[in-house]
Amino acid sequence: MATARFRQRSSYINHAILIFMALTIILPLLVLAFNSIKPSSEFGANPLGFPNEIRLMNYYDAWVNGNYTQIFMNSLTLVIGTLILNLTVSGLAAFSLAVLNPRGIQTIVVGLYLLVGISIPAQLFILPLFLMWKSLYLLDTRIGLIIIYSALNAPFATFLIRSYMLQLPTELFEAAKLDGASVMQLFTRVALPLSWPVFLTTALIVSLTVWNEFLFAITFIITDEYKPISSILFTFQSRFANDYGLVSAASILMAAPIAILFMFFQRRFIAGLTSGATKG
Amino acid sequence: MPKFLTSINAISWYFLFPVIFIHFFVVMFPSVLSLLLCLTDWNGFGRINYVGLENFQELFRDRVFKKAVKHNIIWTVMFLTIPVIVALIIAYLLTGIKRGQLFYRLVYFFPYILASIVNCLIWRYIFHPRHGLGGWFENQGIDFLAKSPFAMKETALYAVAWVDMWHFWGFLVIIYLTGMYQVDDSLYEAADIEGATKFQKFRYITLPMIRPIFVLSLIIIIIWSVPTFDYVYILTMGGPAYSSEVVANHLYSQAFQRMNVGYASTIGVMMFFYVGIIVGFFAILRRMGWEV
Repeated sequence: MATARFRQRSSYINHAILIFMALTIILPLLVLAFNSIKPSSEFGANPLGFPNEIRLMNYYDAWVNGNYTQIFMNSLTLVIGTLILNLTVSGLAAFSLAVLNPRGIQTIVVGLYLLVGISIPAQLFILPLFLMWKSLYLLDTRIGLIIIYSALNAPFATFLIRSYMLQLPTELFEAAKLDGASVMQLFTRVALPLSWPVFLTTALIVSLTVWNEFLFAITFIITDEYKPISSILFTFQSRFANDYGLVSAASILMAAPIAILFMFFQRRFIAGLTSGATKG
Repeated sequence: MPKFLTSINAISWYFLFPVIFIHFFVVMFPSVLSLLLCLTDWNGFGRINYVGLENFQELFRDRVFKKAVKHNIIWTVMFLTIPVIVALIIAYLLTGIKRGQLFYRLVYFFPYILASIVNCLIWRYIFHPRHGLGGWFENQGIDFLAKSPFAMKETALYAVAWVDMWHFWGFLVIIYLTGMYQVDDSLYEAADIEGATKFQKFRYITLPMIRPIFVLSLIIIIIWSVPTFDYVYILTMGGPAYSSEVVANHLYSQAFQRMNVGYASTIGVMMFFYVGIIVGFFAILRRMGWEV
C-alpha cells in the first residue's frame, strides 16, 4: 500500500515536470500563432495573449506583399528537384553497396570517403564552391542549389537506404537473376518496389532539410525572384520589421507544410532524423 | 566488351559513380581548393600569390578570431551540459509513465523540425523590450527587459544559445529514450527487489546501459557545435561588438563581405582539422574495441 501511494505521488510529480517542459515549448509557439492573427494596433496593449479581434488578413498580406506564390514555388522546386536527383543517385549507390556487392572493397572505400566527408564543415568549401558556381553560371539559379542540396544530403540518404536494402532477402534477387533479369531490372523491378518505405522516410527528411536550409540559400541565391522561403523570411524581418502580424503569418506559412507532414508521418520523421545522426 | 568491364565488381562501381561524382564535385573538390587557397592571399579577382603560412600567423594574432574560438568553446560546453542533463532527466521520466507519452514526445521534438529562421523570430519577439515579455511586464508596470538580451554584450551569446538549445533538446530526448527502451526490464525488477531508489536505478542501471548512445550524443554535439551559424547570424550577426561572434560567422564575413578568400580558407581549414581530430579520435577508439 505504502509503495503504491508513493509511486502514485511521484507520478504526479513526473507529470508536473513533463507538463512544465512541454509548456516551455507550447507557449512560445502559441505566441507566434496569436501574433499571426492579431491586428497591429493590438500589439502594444496585448503583446502575449489571444487577440481580442482576429485578423486573418495578416495571412493575405503576407501572401500578397511577400509574393508568396512565387516563393512557395521556388522552395517547392528546390525540394522536388533535390528529391529527384538525390534519391536517384543515393538509391543507385545504396543498391550497389547493399545488394550488388555487399562484401566488396566498395563499402570500405565509400565508408572512408564519408568519414572524411562528415569531418568537413560547410564553411570549409562554401567559398570555393561559390566561386566555382559563379564561373559555371550556376550561381543564382535554382538548379545550382538543387545540385548542392543533393550532394549535401547524399551521404545520409545513401546510408539510410543501404541499411534498409541490406535486410531484403537475397533469395528474391537470386530468383530474379535466374529468370534472366538484368542488373538494372534487379534495381527497378525488385529493389525499388520493396524499399519504398525507406525511400519515403528519406524523402521526408530531405524535404525537411531543404525546406528549412538557410546558409546555402542566403549565399547562393541573390535575386529576390528566385529566393526560397527561408531566405525571403530573413529579408522580411528587416523589411517589415515592425509589422509583427505579417511576419508571424509569413513564418507560420513557412512552418505549416512541415508541421502537417510531421503530423502524418511523425514516426518516420523521428526515426529518420535520429538514425541519420546516430548511424551516419 | 571486355570481361572486367562487365563483372559484378565493375558494375557495382558504375552504380556508385553518380553519388561519388556529385559529392566530389560539390564537397571534396572545393574543400581541397580551400586547403590550397589558405596558403595564398587571393581576394577572388586578382593574381594568386603564394604566401606560405602567413595567413595562419595572422589568424593567431586576430583578436576577433580568438574571441570567436572562445565563444565556440563556451557554446560547446553549454550544449554538452544543459540540454544533455535536461534531456536525460526528461527521457528517464518519460520511461516511467504510460499515459500521454506520445504527446510529450511529439511536443518536445516539434521545435527540432522548425526552420531556424522561424525559431529565431519567435524568440526575438518574446525577448523584445517593448513587445513580447518586455511589453507584457511593462503593461503590469514592471520594468523587466530594458533592452533585448540579444542586443546586450553580456547576454547576447547566451540568449542566442538559449534559442538554439530550445530547438535542440527534444532531439536528445528521443535519442536517449531509444537507448533507455533497449534496457532489459529484468534489471529494474531485480533492483526493485533490492530496494533501490529511483536515482540509484538511474545511476547504476540506466546510465551505464545507455553509455554507447550517450557518448555518441556528446560527440555529435561537439561536431555540430563547430559550424554553428544560423542562429547567431539571424539573431545578432555576431554583435554587439563581436560579443556573440562565432568562428563560422567570422569566416562568413571574411569570405562574403571582404572577399578575403585566402584568409577565410585558413579559418575553414582550422575548423576542418579540429573536427577531423575529433572524428579520427572517435574512429580509432572504436577500432580499438572501445564499445561506444
